[in-house]
Amino acid sequence: MTSLSDEALTRLRTAASGASDASSRYLLLRELGRGGMGTVWLAHDSELDREVALKVIREGSDTSADAAERLAREARILARLEHPGIVPVHDVGRLPDGALFYVMKRVEGERLDRHFPLEAPLSERLRLFQRLCETVAFAHAHGVVHRDLKPENVMVGRFGEVLVLDWGVAKVLADGEAPRPSAGGAPRPGETAEGTVLGTLEYTSPEQLEGRVEEISARSDIFALGAILYFLTARRAPFADRGKERAAPGGARRPPLPLRRVDSSLPKPLEAIVTRAMAPEPAQRYASAEALGEDIARLVDGLPVSAHRENLLERTGRLFRRHRVAATLILVYLAVRVLILAVGGR
Amino acid sequence: MSDDTAIGGGGGRFPTTQRSAVLATRSADGAERERAIARLLETYWKPAYKYVRVKWNAGNEDAKDLVQSFFTRSLEKGFFDRWEPERGSFRGYLRLCLDGFVSNERKSASRQKRSPGSPLLSLDFEEAEGELATRDIADSVSPEEYFRQEWVRSLFAASLERLREECARRGRELPWRLFERYDVDPDPEGKPTYAELAAQFQVPVTTVTNHLFWARREFRRLVLERLREITGSEREFREEARAVLGVDVP
Repeated sequence: MTSLSDEALTRLRTAASGASDASSRYLLLRELGRGGMGTVWLAHDSELDREVALKVIREGSDTSADAAERLAREARILARLEHPGIVPVHDVGRLPDGALFYVMKRVEGERLDRHFPLEAPLSERLRLFQRLCETVAFAHAHGVVHRDLKPENVMVGRFGEVLVLDWGVAKVLADGEAPRPSAGGAPRPGETAEGTVLGTLEYTSPEQLEGRVEEISARSDIFALGAILYFLTARRAPFADRGKERAAPGGARRPPLPLRRVDSSLPKPLEAIVTRAMAPEPAQRYASAEALGEDIARLVDGLPVSAHRENLLERTGRLFRRHRVAATLILVYLAVRVLILAVGGR
Repeated sequence: MSDDTAIGGGGGRFPTTQRSAVLATRSADGAERERAIARLLETYWKPAYKYVRVKWNAGNEDAKDLVQSFFTRSLEKGFFDRWEPERGSFRGYLRLCLDGFVSNERKSASRQKRSPGSPLLSLDFEEAEGELATRDIADSVSPEEYFRQEWVRSLFAASLERLREECARRGRELPWRLFERYDVDPDPEGKPTYAELAAQFQVPVTTVTNHLFWARREFRRLVLERLREITGSEREFREEARAVLGVDVP
């Protein structure tokens, strides 16, 4: 019979107990996706007999303590953000080989960049964007800045629900807009050092690209929201053809090609909303994701938006579009009166 | 999903009840009684031998005779028939019986007359001696605790042996090799990661985790099966399972 050492006995007891042993509870089925920090697996939770998503630090490329701390922070952030637009965390632990993981609800849907068919109406895309703004506004209200908003990190569920994913580089602000300074200027574990760039070139704010970490705030996410709005309406990323230029000195502040230069059929107020959301200076952007979402709601409802001061002609055109039936009836009525007057005057 | 990744594996052989070998030692059927005592011996002889060596300071030849005689006499005299579940665990009872037996033997002047009788099992005393020689026993560990620790070791070793046999019988060599490499006998330089195992065995990481998942589940099942055999009541089984695995059995 096998002779067992004390060490083997301890390992076997752990293996047989199943306690805190992820691989005894979660059966990995297939890889769902991978990011810079971790790999997300579709897994079966054998305790509760359901499918879940399990995110674990990616083997090989990044197994540092910093990556583990980031994953742990992400789990903690998700745990404090209870919102229909944010995927809930069920469990956190370590695999027997020491790799940190957390388990979240399995979301079935499509990434935003793959969701819309080209012919989807503008109003549908804007309503979806409005729901995205609501989720981001909720996170901001709880002192959390996502810092890596982009279409790939937004999931559209089967029933049209909008979920914001990948909070791995999110930043927790102490309260409201005020960034939390680190003691002695040194970053805490999991925080980002000055000069470090996190995020994706096409959607990242100038202050993030320039590594001005202390200036990163909720308005950095507003910039990314503006870039997503650009993508949703122009059907192309705002810096699609010159993303790398943004990383060059001074390049981060260059504006994207104006929206109506890409698609002249898009309304001017929409272009103004995008321009304001993507302003190079944070102070020039919307003060909140909520305000941005409200402007979108007004645009969809045919109301004036705060980002655009319309002239008389535009106002008349907007009112006509908003009250098309009434305006048509009035025009018909006026035409009939004119006709009657003309006939009566003969 | 293939059998390889199915929970519990493809065998679907999860016995809901497992006959207690302790109770079977009282069977009127002589063959069944002998099978039962052989089953108990598989798990108990080695802890008993080491216990006699350590607590009673017996020489190895003396300990061999004492342990063989103890189990033979137990069967002849029906020692185990007298165990009552409400008075404690079978493990504790067996140890007390062993103490009484050795004490009596030591007092007896008829030492020379003792005969171990025909061996019930081929017992590898040299292996037990080797284990005794390579493991230090902490001063703080009482003989009773030492007996319990060795009993757990014996339980796990027997379950592991059965897992190895089952894997061989069912053609599941890879799960066995991964389990052995990761959970039983990893490199002295450190436990490999899943990725390292995957590279070493040239399989995807998911295959490693899923085979380990299966092997751990099987091992757990076999430990509980064996525990069911060597305990005499449901209550004792549950208490021992909690003590051995640290979890409540559903």
